[in-house]
Amino acid sequence: MFSYPTSVDSLFNELARLSRDLGGPYGAWGMPASIRAAARGTFPAINIGASDDEVEVYAFAPGIDTSSLDISVQRNVLTVAGERKLERQPEAEYYLNERMSGTFRRVMSLPDDVDPDKVEANYRDGVLHIRMQRSEQGKPRQIRPQ
Amino acid sequence: MNEKTDMTTAERGRTLPRQGDGEIELLPAVDIYENDAGITLEADLPGVSKDRLDIQIDHNNLTIEGEVAVEVSENVKPLYADVRGTRYRRSFSLSPELDTENVDANLGNGVLSLKIPKRAELQPRRIEVKAH
Repeated sequence: MFSYPTSVDSLFNELARLSRDLGGPYGAWGMPASIRAAARGTFPAINIGASDDEVEVYAFAPGIDTSSLDISVQRNVLTVAGERKLERQPEAEYYLNERMSGTFRRVMSLPDDVDPDKVEANYRDGVLHIRMQRSEQGKPRQIRPQ
Repeated sequence: MNEKTDMTTAERGRTLPRQGDGEIELLPAVDIYENDAGITLEADLPGVSKDRLDIQIDHNNLTIEGEVAVEVSENVKPLYADVRGTRYRRSFSLSPELDTENVDANLGNGVLSLKIPKRAELQPRRIEVKAH
């Protein structure tokens, strides 16, 4: 029914495979994968990927007014905070009320060599995409024997 | 394998995404409320654009499906992931008083808003009691 870009597909499949290999969200030994890892259902859900040149963070934060967002990078720690205001209908009867309403804040540690001066962010279809360049000295170097 | 919830049955908590055919289906978070005019469903579908969203109503079954498409640069390898699938899917059974011919759907910033009106002849009417 749908066709989707192979790059996205392969990245997410890779993520699924990785999570199976690690034995679920808490890793193979029942320990959280990261000291800042959050419980399932935390808003916004976050995916992080990296190449030799950059680190990419995707925050799945639908229905946000971007002016409420506060994104900061300090050394290698990225913080995304903001607010999602959902208007509750006072006259209506609610059957399901699963969507997060209120303020949120997520902190994540990134590879040590991200450059806090080279960060760009955009928001599209409810996904906040943050791209950070990695500094030169962090890149792998080919060493040839003399 | 699809999860089905009667739209007018209260349900606590969210089911964890299930795995079928090797692909992980994501269960979108929804709010559902009813007033005199009809039922409104709001679903979080981050990463889904209008052309990758499919809403079907068939024999009183409502199914919402969407594909996540985000821009990924070359050679990016995953480090951490909360979202481990690319497809959202959730189904609901509707009730006969809902007018499925006049559903209004809106998608903005990854939030789907579906308004399903009640059939005009079935909208609640206030009965005046006459005192003698």
